[in-house]
Amino acid sequence: MDMASPPPAVDHVDVNGEPCRVWRKGSGRPLAFLAGHGGLPKWPAFLDRLAESHEVVAPSIPGYPGGLGHTKLVDHLDWVLAVRDLLNGCGLEGGDTLLAGSGPGASFALEVAALWPHKVDRLALIAPWGLFDEAEPMTDPWGQRIPELPGMLCADPENWNALKAAPEGANSVEWPIEQTRALEASARAFWPLGNSGLEKRLGRVRAPALLLWGAEDRILPRSYGERIAAGLGGPASLQAIDGAGHLAELDRPAEVAEAIRAFFA
Amino acid sequence: MKHLWFHLMPYTELPDDFREQNPSVWVDIHSRLFDPERAHYMYNDFMDEMEYAAEVGFDAVCCNEHHSNGYGLMPSPNLIASALARRANPDTALCVMGNSLALYNPPTRVAEEFAMIDCISGGRLIAGFPVGSPMDTCYAYGQNPSLLRERYLEAHDLVMRAWTEPDTFAFNGRFNQQRYINIWPRPVQKPHPPVWIPGGGSVETWRWCAEMDYVYCYLSYFGYKAGLQTMQGFWEEMKRLGKEPNPYRAGFLQFVGVAETEEEAYRLYREPAEYFYGRCLHIDPRFAAPPGYTTEATQRAGIQSQVANAALQNRKALQVSRSAREFDAILDNGYVIIGTPDQVADKLRQVIRDLRFGQLMLLLQFGNMDKQLAKYNSRLYAEQVMPQLQDVWSEWENHWWPTPMAAADRAAPDPIAHRAVAAE
Repeated sequence: MDMASPPPAVDHVDVNGEPCRVWRKGSGRPLAFLAGHGGLPKWPAFLDRLAESHEVVAPSIPGYPGGLGHTKLVDHLDWVLAVRDLLNGCGLEGGDTLLAGSGPGASFALEVAALWPHKVDRLALIAPWGLFDEAEPMTDPWGQRIPELPGMLCADPENWNALKAAPEGANSVEWPIEQTRALEASARAFWPLGNSGLEKRLGRVRAPALLLWGAEDRILPRSYGERIAAGLGGPASLQAIDGAGHLAELDRPAEVAEAIRAFFA
Repeated sequence: MKHLWFHLMPYTELPDDFREQNPSVWVDIHSRLFDPERAHYMYNDFMDEMEYAAEVGFDAVCCNEHHSNGYGLMPSPNLIASALARRANPDTALCVMGNSLALYNPPTRVAEEFAMIDCISGGRLIAGFPVGSPMDTCYAYGQNPSLLRERYLEAHDLVMRAWTEPDTFAFNGRFNQQRYINIWPRPVQKPHPPVWIPGGGSVETWRWCAEMDYVYCYLSYFGYKAGLQTMQGFWEEMKRLGKEPNPYRAGFLQFVGVAETEEEAYRLYREPAEYFYGRCLHIDPRFAAPPGYTTEATQRAGIQSQVANAALQNRKALQVSRSAREFDAILDNGYVIIGTPDQVADKLRQVIRDLRFGQLMLLLQFGNMDKQLAKYNSRLYAEQVMPQLQDVWSEWENHWWPTPMAAADRAAPDPIAHRAVAAE
């Protein structure tokens, strides 16, 4: 967290009777952000940039840091309904939602837009999961040697390490369990290939979509972005972020935030 | 005391430079290393060894389930057990250790196949239900690590009902839904074959074994020294739960090599042990810990003990990684016990008492050991070690051993007389 900026307001929304943390910061038209693989154990600089022109609402997906209840979810419909309930619980029930997300979070954003097209006004998506291409397989995001994982997820491994390092005063037992739980939550929803069958629902999405892809993404090839853009029922564009890996918002927070703000303006 | 002869069925011809040239013995081991015609001989040698072990008097022969694994060539242990059920020594129990329940769709298959083995063998089956390793279940078989235990427990409930409910029933689970469950055949043993659970050191597994009255088996490849803490934890938990400290509640796996002299034992078992610990346990760490496989309670216990003993743990880990592939270190660490029959019996007597278990699972074939040496090791153990340990735990009753049909009531397979058949 940028120590110069004030922390976000913290609230909780119950999903299936389990509390999920909701961060809010900034003012302006509300913008919801669903986190990528690993979740958000800390408020990232990227969201500060978005908060310069929007009220950023960042709810925790069940199982991600700040959110519980992933073990109540079994099939993909359970997950999609949980994310919808989470957004509704944040007061984002109208048709003017600006919805952004990364990786698994971006995949859920697409599912919500596909199943409830009237809920979403525009979508900004960083390397969404949900498809699998045998010719260009998604890299296994779970079956990696621990020291190699940061460099698989970020162009600069230190960006992942900084997000995941226990802050001073953190509970030394619960902090690492929370980080593993986040990886488990992604696994629970997307194991083993990342393929949730999203592709066949893409045509239902009517909201205009911006797809952002780290030019150095080692998890999802850019061709997945092209397939998603081609499959969407509304207008879509694909934009590369130079110097960024799969979690582009961690590697290039200013560039990613600027692209989203321009699209949502 | 029960002595169970355990076979992992390792591929015995992994190349000398296996470690250097391959990332893992498990999951993505390359098919070019597998020669099916050599495996033909290996399987037949292994089954010869198991039949021999039954013949020389081991209480049971054991097999287990692995997938995509260069040290475990039994994706289906039931195939091996059924072959043994027919013509191996009819006094020997068959311990299938076991079927990873979450991998069977529907798990009804496990209830059926185990019932078949129990019928063919006249009630000699021990039914093992492992959750299964991450490599087998989550990677080789693609099961979701976050759902694995829920699937396992549900499949267990399904199998138990399939074995015990007399009428056709509907099963309405989270993962398995079947309108009609009614297995044919049904097991000989009533209400069902004894159930043994191979597990790691998780408190949840211990509690579950106690609640269900199942045998807990700690099947580590790292011997009695590394196993002491786990077994102590198990017995402390049994005490806390008010369970009788019957040693037959627990099984333990140990590598053993017996010879006429200590020097001979060192000479004979060095290569197979170094082959096993050097090549067979060369597992890519990326397959070791899929998120969700280890429960949060077990993670919490692990982290707390690490925090408490961080310095000690680091030192231990370093020692193991540096040295544990060389025979002297393998022996020092207690992974393998070798010696004369008297030395091995003395050592095992102490280990059995210290760790407190009644079901001793023995790896007497390991690594690239050939059939001749495996038989030699097995015969010496059966003839000269086993008798020295027969009195151990004689004050306790083994409630978890198969209860077969009386020998006189069991079928005797016709002798196979090929020439006679040809002449008919």
